[in-house]
Amino acid sequence: MENTCDNIISTLAPCLTQLGWNQGLAEFISTLLGVLLVAIFPLVLVILLIWVERKVAARVQDRIGPNRVGPFGLLQNVADAVKLIIKEDITPAGADRLIYNLAPIIAMLSVVLIWAVVPFTPYNIGADLDIGVLYFVGISSIGTLAIMMAGWSSNNKYALLGAFRVVAQLVSYEVPMVLSLLVPVMLAGTMSMQELSFAQLGMWFIVVTPVSAFIFYVSNLAETGRAPFDLIEAESELVAGYNIEYSGMKFGLFMANEFMHAFTANLLFAVLFLGAWAGPGATAIPFLGFVYLMIKTSIVYVPSLILRATVPRVRIDQMMAFNWKFLVPLAIINVIVMAFAIMLVKTLGLAPAPELASDFLANLPQTAVYILANLIVVAAAGAMIRGSVRRDRLALAAARTQPDSEPEALPAPVAQHS
Amino acid sequence: MTAVNEWAFIGVFMSVAWILPTAPLVISWIFRPRRPNAIKMQTYECGVETVGDTWVQFKVQYYIYGLVFLIFDVELIFLFPWALAYNQLDFFAFGAGLLFIFLLADALLYAWRKNALEWA
Repeated sequence: MENTCDNIISTLAPCLTQLGWNQGLAEFISTLLGVLLVAIFPLVLVILLIWVERKVAARVQDRIGPNRVGPFGLLQNVADAVKLIIKEDITPAGADRLIYNLAPIIAMLSVVLIWAVVPFTPYNIGADLDIGVLYFVGISSIGTLAIMMAGWSSNNKYALLGAFRVVAQLVSYEVPMVLSLLVPVMLAGTMSMQELSFAQLGMWFIVVTPVSAFIFYVSNLAETGRAPFDLIEAESELVAGYNIEYSGMKFGLFMANEFMHAFTANLLFAVLFLGAWAGPGATAIPFLGFVYLMIKTSIVYVPSLILRATVPRVRIDQMMAFNWKFLVPLAIINVIVMAFAIMLVKTLGLAPAPELASDFLANLPQTAVYILANLIVVAAAGAMIRGSVRRDRLALAAARTQPDSEPEALPAPVAQHS
Repeated sequence: MTAVNEWAFIGVFMSVAWILPTAPLVISWIFRPRRPNAIKMQTYECGVETVGDTWVQFKVQYYIYGLVFLIFDVELIFLFPWALAYNQLDFFAFGAGLLFIFLLADALLYAWRKNALEWA
């Protein structure tokens, strides 16, 4: 033990022990500080995220966006938060008070807890669980529970209908998401987030399995309720959806949760498919790894914001059909084809030697095989789309030729009076 | 760090994560005005008075999606260990896993043909 206090973030506990602290106490303090760092960071970040979101949406719509409060309007969200805090909070008559008050907290919890398994740098990760991927899937489905609690306890029909629809949506899109996560796990042979990012040192998984990345991205859009899948807040149909009865800070928590969830989902995309902290000099200077991770996340996050501001909302039956009749079959085909491809790589001995696993050139032969496999999956996807379009066209033609399917004529006007 | 320490982190994280969202609610509880009245507390339905009970029975379609999801989610739990150990699998285990996925696809096809996947 030379001087363990050099890298204070990674080795706080040994450092304190060296200074003469009780070892148990030192470890507890270091864990607690780590927890506070990881948990408070997303909560601070969300203020910036809302600002970015409003600026991007404004640019798309040829507006300026918030620009009055603070430099570039940066303090707008702080002002909004203060406003929400001093707002009167209305609990509707007949609401289930305990569940009603618990729902926004649980919603927030379901996003903050994901940050525990995000590898920020090669050395700094909240908790490098062996089952990191499973932990992510489990925690993110708590969000569904929170929405159901909010919709059910509000004693409002719109809220309840909104919650039903949202749960059907979130639950459905979880299937392709988890199926697409199988492929990185198969490739890396681990579910730990940190080991998954080390496995991508040679080649990012977005190159190796672009179809998985696509499925994960699209189902994440739906899981976080972003356009075109924002049926969560279908204003024109359900007034506001599950959070209609919420006001004040409880509403604020739901909103903050939505923005944070969108960013967290893209963060996970960057970790699982874009190599997390990987980049030049990341192992030497850990902070660079953190910067790379944030840059990569922004690269996938900003397009989702532009998408939100540009595309219209899909209908619920279209959304369900897209999930169950396109994404899920595609994800299953993807897993099968990639399983064969990995077997093929193993049989042909194309995988790089363990000591060359992080070398770009040594990874090229197996990547070529995987890309070929992905082309097969893309061809299957094209066939599925063509088949679906043909079925629709035939159904439309059949409906046109059959006079029965015409809308019924209006009843003849009844004689008013005699 | 050992595996126990990792879970200790999660344990502490879970308790702290409860406190963080509760804090703004408590601050708001201190500062916000309280002037409730009967009309303000009414269920919000754009000015129309609500009719009947809120906690209604929803259409069956929603539950069928739930059931299909349940089947898939449980089977996915079994698929993860298979994927995790994929690089060490022999040919038999590889075939068994594929058979399992084919059964999964078969279940989806069955639900599709039975029109269980239509939202109507």
